Amino acid sequence: MDCKGQTCPVPLVEARKAIRKAKPGDVIIITGTHPASKKEIPMAAEAAQVEVLEVKQDGEVWTIKLKR
Amino acid sequence: MANRTTIIVHSGDMDKLYSALIVGNGSLAMGMECNLFFTFWGLQRLKKGGLEKGNLSKMNMLGLGKAMVNKMMRKQNVASLEKLMQDYKELGGRIIACEMTMEIMRIKKEDLRTDLIDEYGAVGTYVQQAKDSSITLFI
Repeated sequence: MDCKGQTCPVPLVEARKAIRKAKPGDVIIITGTHPASKKEIPMAAEAAQVEVLEVKQDGEVWTIKLKR
Repeated sequence: MANRTTIIVHSGDMDKLYSALIVGNGSLAMGMECNLFFTFWGLQRLKKGGLEKGNLSKMNMLGLGKAMVNKMMRKQNVASLEKLMQDYKELGGRIIACEMTMEIMRIKKEDLRTDLIDEYGAVGTYVQQAKDSSITLFI
């Protein structure tokens, strides 16, 4: 999912939508540039009992990998 | 205490609608349930075509301030209220419309966007939801 350039609360909301649609075992990859979302998407994943595989920062862009 | 947010949306001001819908969406995204109880000036925003009609709560300057803020928000790629409302519904957020306001302001159901509204209720409905909500706000 590409949320680059999107601001609060869109990346967080899109992450939640993806988590709801994912089947067990599915991997969700979210990229974005909004700094707060990089911290908050892993919190939302934890609340949904979804595993955070990776949080990576490359320049302005972060990538978060989740596993349902 | 339920994992739930309940917000009274009393204001119809654009910026406060943003606050309510952002906190609502944030709650749902963090795995909570959410109720938005639209009353008084807030309920005007649930009228057909009314969602984006609110003024700024400060420095509206007959709409000039609102236009400036809208321009700034577009530049920052901020989602519209309509998009936030669609996201809120898609994530399972509930909307309650205040029946007392409907009576006082002579608003009929057909004036409102009934597709968004899950329940019509009064103070009892709010209290029933709020007493089991870990977050409750008045905006």
